[in-house]
Amino acid sequence: MDDNRPLVEARGLAKTYPARNGTPPFRAVDGIDFEFGRGEAFGFLGPNGAGKSSTMRMLAAISPVTDGTLRVLGMDPASQGPEIRSRIGVVPQDDCLDRELTVRENIYVYGRYFGLPKAVIRERLERLLQFAQLEDKADAQVEMLSGGMRRRLTIARSLINEPEILLLDEPTTGLDPQARHVLWDRLYRLKADGVTLIITTHYMDEAEQLCDRLAVMDGGRIVAEGSPRELIESHVTREVLELRFAPDGHAAVAERLRDAGIGERIDVLPDRVLVYAADGEAALASAHGLSLEPITALVRRSSLEDVFLKLTGRSLID
Amino acid sequence: MPRALHVFGYCLRLYRRTWKGTFVISVVNPLLFLLGVGVGIGHLVSHGHPATLGGVSYTDFFAPGLLAASAMQTAFVEAGGRVTVSASPSGAYRTATTTPLDPEDILLGHMLFVAFRVLTSTAAFIAVMELFGTISGWWVVAVWPAAVLSGLAFAVPLAAWTVTLRTYPQVNSFFRFLFMPMYMFSGTFFALGELPHFVRLLVSVLPLTQAVELCRGLSLGHPSAGGVAAHGSYLALLLLGGALVARVTYRRRLHA
Repeated sequence: MDDNRPLVEARGLAKTYPARNGTPPFRAVDGIDFEFGRGEAFGFLGPNGAGKSSTMRMLAAISPVTDGTLRVLGMDPASQGPEIRSRIGVVPQDDCLDRELTVRENIYVYGRYFGLPKAVIRERLERLLQFAQLEDKADAQVEMLSGGMRRRLTIARSLINEPEILLLDEPTTGLDPQARHVLWDRLYRLKADGVTLIITTHYMDEAEQLCDRLAVMDGGRIVAEGSPRELIESHVTREVLELRFAPDGHAAVAERLRDAGIGERIDVLPDRVLVYAADGEAALASAHGLSLEPITALVRRSSLEDVFLKLTGRSLID
Repeated sequence: MPRALHVFGYCLRLYRRTWKGTFVISVVNPLLFLLGVGVGIGHLVSHGHPATLGGVSYTDFFAPGLLAASAMQTAFVEAGGRVTVSASPSGAYRTATTTPLDPEDILLGHMLFVAFRVLTSTAAFIAVMELFGTISGWWVVAVWPAAVLSGLAFAVPLAAWTVTLRTYPQVNSFFRFLFMPMYMFSGTFFALGELPHFVRLLVSVLPLTQAVELCRGLSLGHPSAGGVAAHGSYLALLLLGGALVARVTYRRRLHA
């Protein structure tokens, strides 16, 4: 394949699920464009129901495209599904592991689905177990593994065919913080080895940590695209001042802050007021000048969460 | 076909963990039934009206009927709720869909395993029948494929339906309200001639009735050519039609 062409290219990509049992047809993905090249880590950031998983399923050639065009590794998923699937790896949101089988057996069975010879699977298995830090658990039943181990096993399994692209759907959802960091470390290593990563997440820290480039999704559309840094710089101020007052007082406070011209933008959340300003400490001093007395005040750097809030008027995690 | 074999291989790997239990069931069940119902009730029946069974002993009459019914029961176990669970978001089918396998490969692979289960369980059943001497001579060679066809003619259309289900309870309702009545009234335990004409017509179109008639005719050693052709093609059509529908429903469900 020509190395200058994008690895994946989507134009006006859309997915509509047909009506079922009285529910009307549902347009999960509503005409999106994106492309990415070899070695990139690309993320789809958005809340549940934004259309991220549907997009991933189309990329994985297991869900027919309703409208628009999609090319994966230069191929059309409609006619070359098996060829595409043989060259990509998929880590689904549900682990889809066989709990009755052992760690080793799960990888082995999966490798056989790819038509890999037994000797090749056996040779790769040892490396994958090492990569997933599961050597000690190789012959344990999956039933006995922790959530983090299962997730690492799912990733190890998805690498059995040495994929050029790895699709990860919500890779750390439901894991504890320590397990998440272990997993991120493994994904950095893959990235360093040149594997193209495509990740969906509703965690902004995950998006910031792992992705070179992000598409922010909402309601089936891409509402912004760029590197995490670019997104923050072009959509929000450098810092945010978070003020917490007694319940029900937030709207009135926001009004006074706006009238006094403090901050470039002010958002009211159920439990706090966000003041976007280049200098958060200065904004806090000005607020004190209005003799406002917040219960707590916090100055922090802006994050993707703020970008999302500005673009959609909603938080990422409801 | 080669790709489907890997799914079959996976099913066998899982089955390795439970095969002993199912094997005991495949042998002990017919043994108990043939002893209890065949010999026990048969004793009462034969002393009453032997003519209604065409002059054969109740055990000889009942055994091939139960063979057909048990082939379908195996089919129900392997292609009923198991398919629904496999097609669920975290099920075994989902693992296979992310590989080069197409939904049609997954369907074929699973049905190969169902065929394997029906083949082995009916073989055990037929061995027990031979022990009781209920099969007429060499007709056993024809009874076995007939029993396997009976199981598959039921399994494949069943899988075409169960793959579309989101929840398990519907499969249980199917078992209670459709499968059990069919099991009881398809002439497994009695001659259809005993039923009123209208009911008999209704019952004769049930797949199990067709399977029972086919297996019984062959087992008793005096099948009519027309009967074998009619029952055999009915079951073959059911199997084929089921396969055509299943190809569509599997793809619709797994590649939504």
